[in-house]
Amino acid sequence: MADHNPFPGENNTGHIWDSDLRELQNPPPRWWMIGFWTSILWVIGYTILYPSWPVGEEPTPGILGWTQIEEYERGVAQIEARRAEFESRIGALGVEEILADPGLTQYTLASAKVLFGDNCAACHGSGGQGNPGYPVLADDDWLYGGSTAKLTETITQGRKGNMLAHQDILSAEEVDTLARWTVEMSQGEPGSEAGWQLFSTKGCSGCHGPTANGVLAELPGGEVITVGAADLTDRIWRFEPGGYESARHTILYGVNQSGVEQTREAVMPAFGPTARVEDVEIRRLDPQEIKKLVVYVRLLGGGL
Amino acid sequence: MSSRDRATEVEGLYAEAAQWHVNAGGETIHAKRLAGRWRTFKWLTASVWLVFFLGPYVRWDGRQAVLFDIPNRQYHLFGATVLPQDFWMLSLLLLFFAILLAVVTAVVGRAWCGYFCFQTVWTDVFTWIEERLEGPPAARRRLDQAPFAVRLRARLPKHLLWLVIGWFTGFSFVAWFVDAPTLWRTFFTGEAGVAAYVTVALFTAGTYVLAGFLREQVCFWLCPYARIQGVMLDPTTLVPAYDTGRGEPRGRLRRGGEAAAGQGDCIDCNQCVAVCPTGVDIRQGQQEGCITCALCIDACDQVMDKVGKARGLIRYASLDELEGRPTRPLALRPRVWLYGGILTLALAGIVYGLASLAALDLKVLHERAPLFVRLSDGSIQNRYTLKLLNKTPDPLAVEIRVSGPPGLEVSGLERPIQAAAGVVTPALVFVRVPESALAAEQQPVVFHAEARRRDGQRLDTARESVFIAPAP
Repeated sequence: MADHNPFPGENNTGHIWDSDLRELQNPPPRWWMIGFWTSILWVIGYTILYPSWPVGEEPTPGILGWTQIEEYERGVAQIEARRAEFESRIGALGVEEILADPGLTQYTLASAKVLFGDNCAACHGSGGQGNPGYPVLADDDWLYGGSTAKLTETITQGRKGNMLAHQDILSAEEVDTLARWTVEMSQGEPGSEAGWQLFSTKGCSGCHGPTANGVLAELPGGEVITVGAADLTDRIWRFEPGGYESARHTILYGVNQSGVEQTREAVMPAFGPTARVEDVEIRRLDPQEIKKLVVYVRLLGGGL
Repeated sequence: MSSRDRATEVEGLYAEAAQWHVNAGGETIHAKRLAGRWRTFKWLTASVWLVFFLGPYVRWDGRQAVLFDIPNRQYHLFGATVLPQDFWMLSLLLLFFAILLAVVTAVVGRAWCGYFCFQTVWTDVFTWIEERLEGPPAARRRLDQAPFAVRLRARLPKHLLWLVIGWFTGFSFVAWFVDAPTLWRTFFTGEAGVAAYVTVALFTAGTYVLAGFLREQVCFWLCPYARIQGVMLDPTTLVPAYDTGRGEPRGRLRRGGEAAAGQGDCIDCNQCVAVCPTGVDIRQGQQEGCITCALCIDACDQVMDKVGKARGLIRYASLDELEGRPTRPLALRPRVWLYGGILTLALAGIVYGLASLAALDLKVLHERAPLFVRLSDGSIQNRYTLKLLNKTPDPLAVEIRVSGPPGLEVSGLERPIQAAAGVVTPALVFVRVPESALAAEQQPVVFHAEARRRDGQRLDTARESVFIAPAP
């Protein structure tokens, strides 16, 4: 083949197809070779400076000592430094003072959103809209009071409702009367005479208050004393879906009554720094986090 | 011109022609520079780049008229300030220029490459300097062969000048992103940012290498646009073209300046190749190396004048025209209409965007979880997050009114919202509507924002949202 090269002197390999298609041995352009060797030098330099060769358990560390986790930690430290100013102010101020500062409020909302999602949303819903059996946090009806002090107390210590089961105490007729009366009250009506009669004499007012609004006494300064009994005069039902059946069920089986199979369950665990679960002391939320959550919950809609 | 003079002229052309041949990429092209119509046109189009060098020094309202302030994420265009929120306009701008490139290429070929591209323009200026300092192509080619020391001495001024131009290119680029007068001071006192020094260094090196050494090789092997534009030509596109029918068979004139019988108008003087900055032979037809700079038209016209033939052997012509097919006027080509339509749309969007750039922008986000809350008195409450964007350079106290269903009450807006300058300020607002006014599941509510600037100018904007209630 090479003996009969019809294209001599043009630096071809001697491989010729279709009588004129041939393979040449021209070198690549110089700029291309420069780029090629520069890339190789770059790789060598890079692998000397940075972690790269998989030798043994860990790759070679590189003489710059750079690691990804350190870079990540530096980034986290930068964020923490920026947050530190807000965090120290939150630590120094009360909830009302934080709420008076729009910038700090926005920081707190953003920060507490994560806390709320991790700790509260499972029961109360992502926006505080509640779930069947779990109270709505976005409305203005508070079983234990909606002041910042009460909210702090609720989150820190938890709550456990208590209402007697009346299935053995009241007659079926009495339960029916009270349930009807409750529905009437919730619709803004004055309520039947018979209902009021039972409410006042059968012990209901002891927890739900003399006017059935859940308040036992009002203190100067707007605070109220409650035992967590529902306000029966407003439009909000503690146990949704509300109505006659709901009221009748609650009256018959009570709330958190041990030994009563159909009783309502209404327990909020304690989230305070020294909360106990089954006699084991655990740390859940620190006071700073609880303070942020109080701001967050106030601004869900019920605190205004 | 007498036939004898003509003969001498032609002899001279052939004597020169021997030097010219098509460059395949392996050597420096020393293109001949000729004066001419297209040469003048090329200088005019190249001068558009003066805007690049001088633009940063235009002032407006006490600051740089056009400033791309990246650290503060503000883009000042004369009176308007564009924030990242308005960046949808950038996509329209990019669309506009992409289509402009397409439409221009479809109609008149690679006009960008030939007249406006920075690679072309900078190379042109660099070779002009080369010609001033080192003489015409023949002298430069001789110099290429000279010993190193001779070359160094002869070429040092040119290289220094190239580097200075490269430096100015980088400096001017940076000046669009920082205050230009300040940059002149800080750059030489070492106070400018690292990014500024790195950018200037990269631009200096890039300009020096690309325009000084790589030149037409960039158009051949590096530039993607060159290839993209090449495929946007069609038989109706006007490009500098050699009239084969008229020119062929080409042949040298005999002594005495006479053409042989049956010979075409091309006298094979190779002047078109000699002046070509990319070193192609236009007589081979449209090709990737042709940046349609039309310098060959100038060269050929001058030769035609010298040999007493009509100009236009190389001219702007479409393939249809050269091959004798009927040519369609521009207005009848669907491609022109389609491209033109997209251009107009993009332009209209940009004009609308710039015209409606409000200094105060209000967005209203309705809370989704929950959509509404029933309060103890039976009224329904909705929660909204307002986002106030203040594009003025001063903080604003923004008053917000809410109108909607009768009897609505608002909380969260008791005091004006203090909107800091140049950023988005969020605010929480609760709207309550009494049970009696809940006519439908959805009712419109409108948020009206109003503020006064320090100079008394009133800014207002409104945003409609929805009030959601349970089904009645």
